[in-house]
Amino acid sequence: MLKFVIRRVLQMGLALFMLSLLLFAWLRALPGGPVSALLGERGSPEAAADLRRQLGLDQPLPVQYVRFVQRALDGDFGISTGVFRGQPAIDIFLTRLPATVELSIFALAIALTLAIPLGYIAARRRGGVLDTGLVISSLVGVAVPVFFLAFVLKYLFAVRWGLLPPSGYQTAGIDATRVTGFAVLDGILTREWDASWDAFRHLLLPAIALSSIPFAVIFRITRASVLDVMDEDYVRTARAKGLRAPVIRVRHIMRNALIPVITIIGLQVGALLAGAVLTEKVFAFPGIGQALALGFETRDYPVLQVLIMMAAIIYIVVNLLVDIAYALIDPRVRTK
Amino acid sequence: MKNRRVAIAATSAALALVLSSCAESERDDSSGEGDGASGSEDAGGAEASDATFVFGAAGAPTTFDPFYASDGETFRVTRQIFQNLVGIEPGGTEFVPELATEWESSEDGLTWTFQLQDGVTFHDGEPFDAEAVCYNFERWADQNEAGQNPSAAYYYGNDFGFGEDSLYESCTATDEMTAEVVLTRATGKFPGVLSQSSYGISSPAALEEYDANGIEVQGEGFTFPEYATDHPTGTGPFVFDSFDGTSNVTLTRNDDFWGEQAGVQEIIFRIISDETARRQELESGTINGYDLPNPVDWAGLEEAGNQVLIRDPFNILYLALNPVADPQLEDPLIRRALYHAINREELVASQLPDGAEVATQFIPPTVAGYNESIEPYAYDPEAAQDLLEEAGASDLTIDLWYPTEVTRPYMPNPQAIYDAVAADWEAVGVTINPVARPWAGGYIDGTQQSQAPAFFLGWTGDLNSADNFLCAFFCGEDNQFGTSALPFQDELQEGLRAGDAEPDEDARTALYEELNAQIMSEEWLPGLPLSHSPPAIVVGPNVEGLIPSPLTAEDFSTITLSE
Repeated sequence: MLKFVIRRVLQMGLALFMLSLLLFAWLRALPGGPVSALLGERGSPEAAADLRRQLGLDQPLPVQYVRFVQRALDGDFGISTGVFRGQPAIDIFLTRLPATVELSIFALAIALTLAIPLGYIAARRRGGVLDTGLVISSLVGVAVPVFFLAFVLKYLFAVRWGLLPPSGYQTAGIDATRVTGFAVLDGILTREWDASWDAFRHLLLPAIALSSIPFAVIFRITRASVLDVMDEDYVRTARAKGLRAPVIRVRHIMRNALIPVITIIGLQVGALLAGAVLTEKVFAFPGIGQALALGFETRDYPVLQVLIMMAAIIYIVVNLLVDIAYALIDPRVRTK
Repeated sequence: MKNRRVAIAATSAALALVLSSCAESERDDSSGEGDGASGSEDAGGAEASDATFVFGAAGAPTTFDPFYASDGETFRVTRQIFQNLVGIEPGGTEFVPELATEWESSEDGLTWTFQLQDGVTFHDGEPFDAEAVCYNFERWADQNEAGQNPSAAYYYGNDFGFGEDSLYESCTATDEMTAEVVLTRATGKFPGVLSQSSYGISSPAALEEYDANGIEVQGEGFTFPEYATDHPTGTGPFVFDSFDGTSNVTLTRNDDFWGEQAGVQEIIFRIISDETARRQELESGTINGYDLPNPVDWAGLEEAGNQVLIRDPFNILYLALNPVADPQLEDPLIRRALYHAINREELVASQLPDGAEVATQFIPPTVAGYNESIEPYAYDPEAAQDLLEEAGASDLTIDLWYPTEVTRPYMPNPQAIYDAVAADWEAVGVTINPVARPWAGGYIDGTQQSQAPAFFLGWTGDLNSADNFLCAFFCGEDNQFGTSALPFQDELQEGLRAGDAEPDEDARTALYEELNAQIMSEEWLPGLPLSHSPPAIVVGPNVEGLIPSPLTAEDFSTITLSE
């Protein structure tokens, strides 16, 4: 097990190094750059050249990369030039991370609570009306772009019916105490129930919109997997032994059927991060996705580098954890 | 199995207990727990005096020290915190006394004496006096290399300049309430430039304590000193309270303000980058207003009971023609032909907001130096074709650039404006190569480095000064119009210099009127002024007292919220 983990961590390091190189070169190959974003129509060629020199952007790319790595090794990941000028890029990431994590956790929780039971029910009623209906809606879930769903939800629930706030993370001026940075959790911990409730209301629409992708995928995988497992010999044996139906369902069917589902959850973290960029934009949600979009508009290299690298690290680490969990559930994985 | 579950449950319970025991609410007792007063869903609605005005901002301020800023989102916030020696009349562009009650200059325009307002204190309790004014002048001039960069002290670099060529010579406190500023040369911009947001007067004690000039280059960005991030200290009607780093900037009323007290207790600038989201927040009543509503939404917003306040146009949209990028454009016949081919009346009526006007020159009508007698170039496709033929360019092909990923107050929809002009040019036989570039992704670079032969750009004035417009366009050797390739370049530069250097206001106005006529003459015409658009600001039904400013320099202290 230890060997397995060490090998995966080494692979991860190499992957991240390659990514940092590619990212560094790719960002700088984009037309324009932070200098034109900073100066706008108020710039002049001399001013732009001067600024480029001061920021070291006139140096050859390899030199810039070496400097970037040197600084990164000292814990300096650069200063934002666009998203929040003057702020360390890593701070921007850390300030915004809780919002995105909270959003993703809610989205995943919604997806899991609905998709796994529904997947099971659909499999048990294969070919029935309910099954067909659920399969069709999951297809729609995969096919409908997240931002479109976000717009529709926002229009109906926030603008038309006024049931939920149209955007943001928490109502302005709510005077909420920050402990962990997770708004819902902070409200509970400090017993500021109104702040917690307010944050929850803000989270609901973006989380529902964002949950559409993992929901559809998890539902389909659960359904297919349960169908497979139901026909297995050991299930038949369990039935023949006279085990009670709930025991067969939980111990024999679901436990085995969930193995592929867990893998999928890991892979969905990437989809959630990608979906968060769009969802956060629509709901003006101050998370990583919003900063990423803003970073592109302003060609904020340091912020883009930190956000994309961190997203990659999160993705890789989550998948590593999934693999480890997988190995724990299924002993065959360890021995292979 | 059971043991394991019990263990997990016990650990979670213990963890929750530990977390919640070290998490204490930091709320004031007065605001109460869960009373919802400060966090009510509806912005406003409370009694005017202790109400909160929530404004939807399109972006975060870049800094809270206006000296290092050049963008509207920053100035909208700092303008409520700081005041200047010279103010701007509410709703207009004229200069009026603010922290200086009056000023006069010596005959040569070099020495300026400012009488200061009595009884003013800074937010930190320090007195405002002539020493404080001179401390600010010295602080502005004394910038390190990072501070001198145009992305930092843009306005000072532009208006005064640093080092030996600086316009600023010295400042002396001749008595407690009199400051004497000496310049190195006469300029028509002074003292009007001091009305710009960048020149807000700060508390010397706070400037010193929080190392206000300590801006530094670090890696590929700038770091700002504590003064700019946490401790901006002015004399204005609102005091800086906090910025949460992502969403909300909070200012509270300055109860010791020397002028009339602000009508609301608190202003929150809520950052909502998406325009549709801003509109929806206003419609849901969670914000009280936002800036630059899209002109297509104006009617809908008003129907819903909101107030769309239209500012007088103080900007210009133009089509620049750069002969350095395309030598064909050196021919004045071609430049004239391209101008005659554009149906500007139609462009303004169909693509720009209500109240937009066709431009006849490169400054808006409210700026001193605007020449009433300039005849607009008529829309005349036949004349355009004749001119092209005369120039031997009937098969003219031209790259026409327009920006994407951007809207500007003078250019609400760049693509639509491009479409209209391209159609007009094609109608007279010009072949267009469309070049669309993202604003910060090549457009600004390309237009500044003379790569774009024809492109759309504009300008919103900083102050009522012809120089503020004309010099931004035409000053220098490698300006965006490529005038160095045109025969009148020397005359143009001399005209710009002479206008700015004339200390007498009437004489200066006459010089600029003449210069504008020359620029728009058939022989010169370095570019094609298109329009002046009125930017709007929208506020909810219960907002009273906001006076829209052509310079987008609104003072939020006059706002009250009704039930």
